[in-house]
Amino acid sequence: MKILVPTKRVPDPDQRVKPTADGRAIDTDGVSFVPNPFDLIAIEEALRLRENDGSIEVVTVGIGVDDYEKELRTTLAMGADRALLVETDELLDPWNVASALQAVIEREQPDLVLMGKQAVDDDSNQAGQFLAAKLDWPQATFISKIAIADGAATIDRETDAGIESASLKLPAVITVDLRLNEPRYASMLQIMKAKKKPVERIALADLGVTAQPRIEMVGVEVLSSKRDCQMLSSVDELIQKLRDEAQVL
Amino acid sequence: MKVLLIAEYENDALRSASIAAAAMAKSVAQATDGTCELLLLGADASAATAHAAQYAPVHVAEHADLSPATADRHAAVIADLVQSQGYDLVVGAATTYGKDTLGRASGLLGGYMASDVVGHEVVDGELLLKRPMFAGSVNATVKLLGGPKVVTVRSSAYDAPAPNDAASPISALDVTPGTARLDVQGVASKSGGRPDVTEASIVVSGGRAWKTSEDFENNVGKLADTVGGAAGSSRVLVDAGITPNELQVGQTGKIVAPDLYLALGISGAVQHLAGMKNSKVIAAINSDKDAPIFLVSDYGLVGDVYELTPQIIEKLAGTCASA
Repeated sequence: MKILVPTKRVPDPDQRVKPTADGRAIDTDGVSFVPNPFDLIAIEEALRLRENDGSIEVVTVGIGVDDYEKELRTTLAMGADRALLVETDELLDPWNVASALQAVIEREQPDLVLMGKQAVDDDSNQAGQFLAAKLDWPQATFISKIAIADGAATIDRETDAGIESASLKLPAVITVDLRLNEPRYASMLQIMKAKKKPVERIALADLGVTAQPRIEMVGVEVLSSKRDCQMLSSVDELIQKLRDEAQVL
Repeated sequence: MKVLLIAEYENDALRSASIAAAAMAKSVAQATDGTCELLLLGADASAATAHAAQYAPVHVAEHADLSPATADRHAAVIADLVQSQGYDLVVGAATTYGKDTLGRASGLLGGYMASDVVGHEVVDGELLLKRPMFAGSVNATVKLLGGPKVVTVRSSAYDAPAPNDAASPISALDVTPGTARLDVQGVASKSGGRPDVTEASIVVSGGRAWKTSEDFENNVGKLADTVGGAAGSSRVLVDAGITPNELQVGQTGKIVAPDLYLALGISGAVQHLAGMKNSKVIAAINSDKDAPIFLVSDYGLVGDVYELTPQIIEKLAGTCASA
């Protein structure tokens, strides 16, 4: 059985983001990148599934520039068997990510695509659903639990109404939520060993995919959420302010 | 533009998130000299049609196989209707249903989708959409380069439109849902009888300071009941198993913008702020005077929530009209 885990490199979420000089995009100059935190959860889960079933192969995929190999090496250090880098200089939107992944899936024929529910840069939450629709595969989004047996996955999904329990036949696209697991850190030894693991490179065009943008950013504005906080001294004062000044009680 | 709103409902009423999304859908239709219609899907969708017809003409896709809702079946029905009727824009609420189902529907319709829309503008006939990125630290203005377009709308960003004076027409659609590929066994909710955090005008929310489920319930929960509001929590309590996941407010939880957000023992991590910073009034109590939550609050009180919360409950008991 093969599990494919797509990963995206995103600006480290602990950094402050700033727009480019023309105000139309995010400035990534000098920004450090990390694998999307949700994708690390997907990798971790794939590795745990492999611990229960030694026949599982875990393959990670990255789509992007040459530099991306660094983040893919992180997935190998965590324990993925091999990695595939789809090279392109273009920043792909979710539709084109799904198109590239679809082409990878035709080559790799995985039984399961396990991926983050969203990337924490554009926060779109679309690529997994797009991919499932394009493949005409079953989908389960926002999962917090998974078990695999007899060619099917049994999952829990986190919905607004509570935890939904369901099952679906493989192959399928499953997107993971935060509470699924706590991803492991790779040790220095594993990082060294990962340098010997294969990262196969393939150009996006060689997959037969030409990017066809669906969405264009025309402006970006940095938001400040700062407010002038009145520091109060008692519960009575708080209630009085909320009642008389803010008029929300 | 010919606009179709996918409306979620519970029993005989539309969900408030869908009514807020109707504001966006109707506004785009109006600005482009277009039309706005509603679609209800489900096994028992008829019950909510009267409410839905207060906002726009309603199509009802009723079929036993459309409940429980699964993304594959619902998305296929939506995509078929959009294609056969030539809709230009599909709008839904940015709920887990909206993200799951409309994501798949857009995947069937070519992927022209914007998620979590918080504002829009029609300029020279072109639809510009505002949406947050990077945990809400920036708002991007985007345009979709083709169609049919699909958007999910953050309910906290739009005010509910007033219902129309006269009810709009209702028509039944003949649908044959395909095979369900997600076999749903059930949904377990632990939140009890309180309103959902996204629907309440007051949200009382607890963070790391609370040590046990009982303490949370006896303080945060009880205060929420006292003021007739919802109880929410930060991620750390959900991770610790102290609160159920549907209470989580934040980048990866629910996005709320109530009249009052009362943060009790929440430090104010950026991922939490992404979920509540647009609240009309924010008040915070924290034992650390340097907690980042105070930077986004209108009112702050430094102190122990275990000591202060019961005092608030005692002073407010019986005085809140909404409770």
